[in-house]
Amino acid sequence: MLTIDNLVKSFESDKRTRKQAKAAKVAGDDAVAGPARVFAVNDVSFDVKEGELFTLLGPSGCGKTTTLRSIAGLEKPDSGRITVGERLMFDMQGKNRGVNMPANQRGLGMVFQSYAIWPHMSVFDNVAFPLQVRKRNERPGKPEIADRVGKVLEVMELGHLSDRQATKLSGGQQQRLALARALVTQPPLLLLDEPLSNLDAKLRESLRFELKRLQRELGITSIYVTHDQVEALALSSQIAVMREGQVVQLGKPRDIYENPNSRFVAEFIGTSNFLNGTVVQQDGSTVTVDTVEGRLRVSSSAAVPVGSDAIVSIRPEAVEVTRSSAGGTLANEWTGEVVTRAFLGDSVDHVIRVGTTEVRNRSNPNVSVEPGTTVYLRMDPDKLALVPVG
Amino acid sequence: MTTATPTAPVAAPTPRTTQQSPSSLTRARRWLFAPKTLIIVAVAGVIGYLALVPLYYLLYGTFFDAAGFTLSGFTRAYSANGIGRLISNSLVFALGSAALSLLVGTCLAYLNVRTDVPFKPLFFAASMIPLIIPGILYTVAWIFLASPDIGLLNKLIEPVFGPGLLDVFTLWGMIWVEGLHLSPIVFLLMVAAFRSMDPSLEESALMSGASRWTTFRKITMPLVRPAIVASVLVMTVRSLESFEVPALLGLQNGTYVFTSRIYFVLRTYPPDLASAGALATGLLVVAVLGVILSNRVGKGSKSYQTVGGKGFRPHPMELGRWRPAAGALIVGYFLMTVVAPLAVLLYTSLLKFYTAPSVAAFQSMSLDNYRELAGLSKVGTALKNSLFLGVASATLVMLFMSIAAWIVVRSKSRARVVVDQLAFVPLVIPGLVLGLALSFVYLRSPVPIYGTIFILLIAYCTRYMPYGMRYAITSMHQISGELEESAQVCGASWWQTFRRVLLPLLSPGLVAGFVYILVVSFRELSSSILLYSPGKEVLSILIFEQFENGQFTVLAALGVVMVLTLVVLVTLAYKLGAKVGLKQD
Repeated sequence: MLTIDNLVKSFESDKRTRKQAKAAKVAGDDAVAGPARVFAVNDVSFDVKEGELFTLLGPSGCGKTTTLRSIAGLEKPDSGRITVGERLMFDMQGKNRGVNMPANQRGLGMVFQSYAIWPHMSVFDNVAFPLQVRKRNERPGKPEIADRVGKVLEVMELGHLSDRQATKLSGGQQQRLALARALVTQPPLLLLDEPLSNLDAKLRESLRFELKRLQRELGITSIYVTHDQVEALALSSQIAVMREGQVVQLGKPRDIYENPNSRFVAEFIGTSNFLNGTVVQQDGSTVTVDTVEGRLRVSSSAAVPVGSDAIVSIRPEAVEVTRSSAGGTLANEWTGEVVTRAFLGDSVDHVIRVGTTEVRNRSNPNVSVEPGTTVYLRMDPDKLALVPVG
Repeated sequence: MTTATPTAPVAAPTPRTTQQSPSSLTRARRWLFAPKTLIIVAVAGVIGYLALVPLYYLLYGTFFDAAGFTLSGFTRAYSANGIGRLISNSLVFALGSAALSLLVGTCLAYLNVRTDVPFKPLFFAASMIPLIIPGILYTVAWIFLASPDIGLLNKLIEPVFGPGLLDVFTLWGMIWVEGLHLSPIVFLLMVAAFRSMDPSLEESALMSGASRWTTFRKITMPLVRPAIVASVLVMTVRSLESFEVPALLGLQNGTYVFTSRIYFVLRTYPPDLASAGALATGLLVVAVLGVILSNRVGKGSKSYQTVGGKGFRPHPMELGRWRPAAGALIVGYFLMTVVAPLAVLLYTSLLKFYTAPSVAAFQSMSLDNYRELAGLSKVGTALKNSLFLGVASATLVMLFMSIAAWIVVRSKSRARVVVDQLAFVPLVIPGLVLGLALSFVYLRSPVPIYGTIFILLIAYCTRYMPYGMRYAITSMHQISGELEESAQVCGASWWQTFRRVLLPLLSPGLVAGFVYILVVSFRELSSSILLYSPGKEVLSILIFEQFENGQFTVLAALGVVMVLTLVVLVTLAYKLGAKVGLKQD
């Protein structure tokens, strides 16, 4: 549906870095020379299938918004190729060199972070605008516009607010209005730029499910940009985790959570305990790692050479805390002492000292251990992940 | 036990109330004579005096003569020959200048904020023009450029269009000069408006399929309409109040507007004060209406600002192949408003007598005019007077306004609304009207102030009170009330708190305001022209006199010196954080 090939977008770096770069160049000191251009998006490629909700996830400045804006046509990439369905939107490589369709001819729907609701128009006028500005021969008649706007407002549960001044709406209603405006032309692709980040936590959660339901029901292919990992995990069919202008991992939410391919991804998506170690043995799908605090068995399908360095990522909920030992019959059983405990309502967190390392645990509220108690930690090999070093 | 308990609390307060009445009396007395109260009352009194007394005397002098109430001044003023012409000239001049400045200023602001137009630093330089080239010098420069006999531009285009095509001594010439001089102010107002607009409002229109032009028409323009309407009103009022341009360009061939007519009536012998007062009253009423209207519009526009709380990331629009054209436009504007007037002043200042550029002219160039300036005792006096007035008025205004700002921002006194309003009253009084009103006051005053430099000081303090107030209030808002409260908790009195905690914290803002007032006071002409007396000239008056005497070359030299002085002062103000860019009145 949407194909992005080798997208690159760079910006002139600010004056100071530019001066430094020049000075370093003059001095012949290449090591200090900062880049004259900063790469916001550096060789990004991905494919989005029909009906998918594809999320670009990453910290601020990772290039996710620039990628989205390039798809929208609001930003002109340096090179690369963007196609939506059969239509070529942008191409600065291959034989079609020099195609750059303007944003207003791409026919995509977009919801902005600020919603960009036009304050001088009513709810109806905001939604009708994309239909009204079509070319004369493609423009539907007034009754049809009213009909289509009415329908989409009904779907968004805004029908009764049609005549209201757009600025008089609440945050959640503005968000749905922005969505209605983006969907009224039935675009092949919907672009969402952090649409939930301006809302408070409660509303954000309910709208997250609402958004997912709507996207499923309408079956509309969507690109979703966010820095919120919970949002990404809850909504997406596919997630592309971005860092410094590049996609570092691409996959289904569960894969990315359970098998992060780098420490960055593991840390960015949820919290994790990391233990450095050396691979001592690989036996089918089980890898044995000697860490600073003891031996761990980790399920891994990837082939890892014996003797190489590795990091074991342990999610807090993968650590089971018990008072009694299984007596050495189980692999991955460690002894430690509870340092602190925090009751969080739906869970209890413990921090347990094992040797010189502090391990975070997340347990059921009915498992609660006094600080100072000696406990046994059990870690299921299937729930541990091996993360390559670097 | 249980039945007795409810009665106890009821009985307790009764003895206390009898004790309270004497203590509250002494408290009232103590409050009345506390230094805090005295200072506040004094400051409020001075502000009220400066703002209201001139207005009262202006109306009194206009409507009352020795015999009592009379409308004869009004009858004389408004039945004079050509009054219809006067009113229509004033309107055409004011609206024309406003329209020109709006067109130029808005286009520049849009290009600067929302596109990737080249030469962006030039905008900044151009926006400083109203500050560093006083209106009188700007007008004189344009006389050198576009007068029908001696104008440089006329000489330049003569081979093609014949002699004297451009004539600055017409209503259109006046509109051109005033409009260009005001355009940087519109530019700054509109830059603020475009900056406060979320760019994604335009982007979402593009995403909806609207063309650039439709987006501009249906989204951009409606959203900045409040700022446009406000700019039109403010610029119209300012052009109505403008004195330099109509006086220099219109007086000699009888193209009068309100301000130049008032000046003319006062200069003919015997001066008809009541008739001038009647004209001034008319001008004042129009100015007040304009300001009220623009405040209305300002309030109405707030409802648009509720959308989008986050900071906007600027995504300038790429102009593509239009970029060189837009760049040429910017350079053209810069040449026209900055380079040409300054260059012609410099050129003239080096000549013996004004002549079009030629080899002979360049060979005759010398610094004689500057030498002559240095030898003129009048110049030294004027410079001294200007400096004294600038420093004294800036000091007094900032000192009083810092206390006034405290009253408005911090005190819970009911007087604070009144103080706030009074401090801004002078903003609506045209300079010439203030000058006239003050002469009404101090011609009658038993204290000999008229004819001394102190009447100019009073005029300057009154005119610049609103600017000082704006600076002081802004910085007062930036200081948390807790800082003051903690000083009080530590045992400091109000005056100690003000002096040791507030003033030091306010000082950056106050210094910025000080320099700003110093800068604007240097160019003051319209009030001074009615109030100065021989020996008490200021720089701008000297320039006006030299213009009337036809000493163009010496005038140009003085102008160059003045511009250089202002450049230094403005740079200083800028370094001190006096947002000279956006703090335009």
